[in-house]
Amino acid sequence: MTPLTGYLLVAALLFSIGLAGALTRRNAILVLIGIELMLNAANLNLIAFWRYGPHPEALTGMMFALFSIAVAAAEAAVGLGLVIQIYRHAHTTDLDRMNRMRG
Amino acid sequence: MEGWVPHPSCFLRRVGNGHKRRERGGLPMSIVFYLLAALTLAGALAAVTLKNTVHCALALTVAFAGLAMLYLELDAQFAGFAQILVYIGAVAILIVFAILLTKGSETPKEGVYSKNSLAGLAIAASVFAVLGWAVLESARVLPGSGSAPPTAPAITVLQIGNALMGRYVLPLEIVALLLTAALIGAVIVAMQEKEGAK
Amino acid sequence: MLMQEMASVSFQPTARCGPPGICDYVWLVPALPIIAAGVIALLKQPRRKAAATLAIGSLSLSLLLSLLAFAQVMGDWARGIATREVVNFTWFHVGATNVELGWILDPLSAVMLVMVSFVGLLIFIYSIGYMERDENYTRFFCFMSLFAGAMLGVVIANSLLLLFICWELVGLTSYLLIGFWYRKPSAAAAAKKAFLTTRVGDVLFLLGMVWLFAQTGTLAFYKGGAGAIEPAALSGLLAQHAGLGLSAAGAIGLLIFAGAAGKSGQFPLHVWLPDAMEGPTPVSALIHAATMVAAGVYLIARVYPLMAAGPCACGSTTALIVVTWVGAFTAVFAALIAVAQNDIKRILAYSTVSQLGYMMAGLGMGGVAVGMFHLITHAFFKALLFLGAGSVIHGCHEEQDIRRMGGLRSKMPWTFGTYAIGMLALCGFPLLFSGFWSKDGILDAALHWTVAKTPFYMLVFGALLTAFYMTRQVAYVFFGARRGKEPAHESPRVMTAPLGILAFFAMALGLIGTPAWPWFRAFLDGRALSFDWRGFAEPGLLALMGTSTMVVFLGLGLGWWLYGDKSPAPEEPDALERLAPMPWGWLRDRLHVDELYGATVIAFYSWWGRIADWLDRRVWGGAVAGVAWAFRGWALFNRFLDVNWVDGSFDKGCEELASGGGMLSRVQNGRVQTYLRILAAAVVGLVAILIWSSRA
Repeated sequence: MTPLTGYLLVAALLFSIGLAGALTRRNAILVLIGIELMLNAANLNLIAFWRYGPHPEALTGMMFALFSIAVAAAEAAVGLGLVIQIYRHAHTTDLDRMNRMRG
Repeated sequence: MEGWVPHPSCFLRRVGNGHKRRERGGLPMSIVFYLLAALTLAGALAAVTLKNTVHCALALTVAFAGLAMLYLELDAQFAGFAQILVYIGAVAILIVFAILLTKGSETPKEGVYSKNSLAGLAIAASVFAVLGWAVLESARVLPGSGSAPPTAPAITVLQIGNALMGRYVLPLEIVALLLTAALIGAVIVAMQEKEGAK
Repeated sequence: MLMQEMASVSFQPTARCGPPGICDYVWLVPALPIIAAGVIALLKQPRRKAAATLAIGSLSLSLLLSLLAFAQVMGDWARGIATREVVNFTWFHVGATNVELGWILDPLSAVMLVMVSFVGLLIFIYSIGYMERDENYTRFFCFMSLFAGAMLGVVIANSLLLLFICWELVGLTSYLLIGFWYRKPSAAAAAKKAFLTTRVGDVLFLLGMVWLFAQTGTLAFYKGGAGAIEPAALSGLLAQHAGLGLSAAGAIGLLIFAGAAGKSGQFPLHVWLPDAMEGPTPVSALIHAATMVAAGVYLIARVYPLMAAGPCACGSTTALIVVTWVGAFTAVFAALIAVAQNDIKRILAYSTVSQLGYMMAGLGMGGVAVGMFHLITHAFFKALLFLGAGSVIHGCHEEQDIRRMGGLRSKMPWTFGTYAIGMLALCGFPLLFSGFWSKDGILDAALHWTVAKTPFYMLVFGALLTAFYMTRQVAYVFFGARRGKEPAHESPRVMTAPLGILAFFAMALGLIGTPAWPWFRAFLDGRALSFDWRGFAEPGLLALMGTSTMVVFLGLGLGWWLYGDKSPAPEEPDALERLAPMPWGWLRDRLHVDELYGATVIAFYSWWGRIADWLDRRVWGGAVAGVAWAFRGWALFNRFLDVNWVDGSFDKGCEELASGGGMLSRVQNGRVQTYLRILAAAVVGLVAILIWSSRA
């Protein structure tokens, strides 16, 4: 197993754990936590490929990851703001109870 | 301090793998990697399985930290510090704030897992299976699978700055715009409505 | 084909009257009263005078025409011509044969025409008074007129078919008139009984008619040599054998006699006649004394050539022998029963049955003239007796039991006088009364009958009984003290005048049948005649006259000895009953003939009716119900199929669609995590497909 493969596997596992958390937890914030983990796994993938890729000096991977971090931060802010607002209306963060959009 | 790049090995002198560390390219994986990976994954697992939501947020912080150190291990020092600054310093705190504001520390009486959570678990497992299989299957064509892994690049902050202002100036500006919008948006979304007009 | 043939009714007569004369108009004689009946039927009930006028007027016209016809025939006879004028016309064609109707004018029919219309007219006039208080006056005259027309039709018919049609009409009017007071259950039952009993005879008559038509190809009596009873046809009939040693002629003759026996009340079909007294007295007089019951005798007289065809060595034919024996037996049988009856009309009814037996016996033994002479005289004196009885009933305020009458001699003299004349005529009181001459003619024929002598003794015994029961009746009714409740009164002139006229004829008609001047026989036979005292000198004739006189006086004496001038109370037993209670009981119960019928024929019919009803209700009804059930079951099955399979499948399909839609809509459960899961699963799936396809 090459180092790259190892990092990729770790990233994959991290992604799956984050996905599992997003899909199985009841609390909305924990879903966002899972999403953050997924984003981080993607970042790890990017950095690993940048490091073991053909042209590390082009900084492409690192830039991508930096921008990803920035966007993730913005998204986390907005998402948590939404969760707080929903909590004010529904008085709960239980996702199972939030089914008013059912069809 | 031009040219000074912190090296992880500086912090890990205790680990008696110096000799081997210099020949990092020849070894398949190093013990540092395994430890860090284990730390990250443990933190991530804890983050999604613990009952107390605040503990989950703290475990998430640990996972972020582990990731930061992995970035450092990967010679992406700037990314690692950016990770620490942004994720641990802002996002994790933000999550804790949100948990505290929404009384997330109380465990719901029906349990922490949603309905049919086993389906979600299965799906996540299948995702990992697919990804893992793809990785392992393509291991031989991936770069770095050859005889000699590429040497670590020497990246300086100057290079990063130049790149940001040069080649990646457009994405930078857009991200700035995005952050402004996100800032205003988050304020508006989370603002408490007053009686009468806003 | 048959309808077309029937439509071609042609009134072109196939035979015409000889010299133009009354013969062409003879058909009016029955037609006028029938038309009058039709008009009366349209009148309303209160138009009583109009109804009576129409009836009497039409019958008077018929009488006039009959007298003219009779005069013509008489004139022909006086010139030595034997009249037989026939008019036939074809009614319809059946295959190659024609069915004809027609009328005949010969001495027999002329005499009957005059008798029927004359007696009928007198009774009509009598009815004006008798039925005055009845509210159905108009209906009465309608039916009586119809009857008169039908009876006259029987008399002039030259075709057996026309005779049968009028025969049935006569039976119908008899039914209508017996049951005239239909609200009385006994009257309705009596009418039904009369109709059904005569029906039995009529069926056999019809059989004989059909057989005759089949054998001879025609139903006309006389048709210029080709008629059914003319010699050519008769020889053909004689040649055919019909089993039981009879020829076709004999068998047909017996069948026709069966019809006559029904109508004329011969044993065993006599049971309806006494019950027919439920009708009004004029009806009893006209129909059941003078005319309708005589129709049977007239029928035998009309088809006499058929009955007398092919005599055996004994000197007579089987048919005539049967006629004689039945007649003689009936004469005695009915006379016996008449002895023990207490209803004034019932005595006369049984007397009529007995006298009809005499007529049949006379026909059988002596020929047409003998029987017909007694029929003519009987018509007059029996009508007289019935009308007299009606007058008595009217005068005693509708009382009919002779034990409650009595002493009417002084209160109703005119009635008594005429009644006495009729009674003596019926008994056969010598010399002055027509009954003596006609009955003696029959006794003479019986004495000289070559086949057997027993009928003679039976008839003599019958004469004895006749005198006896008539004396009994007259003694009870007119002599002794009054036993009734209310005082009696004489009847009005309109009722007593016909009595007088009839009494005159009851005496005078004897003159045309004496041996010295047997005008009647000569007239019927078409022979010349002269008054000859030597007629009395025939061997045995005077002895016979003496014998019958003795018998009559014996009967009268016995009756007077037992009943004369005594006035037994109604509850006391009869004088004869005291002497011989058991035979009296049998006779009073009419020798149980009705009970015998009830136990056999009627019981059988009601049993058969029950079986037929069961069959109809259970078997055929069950079959129909079964078919209905089968259909119903089929319909239910179809409904089951339709509801459960067709509808059900359709409904299920829709339900499945709906539930499928419901199930699908559960995917949109509004929960974010569900959507995320589905997304992730879909991505996994797509990636797997991509990898798989790129690898393959």
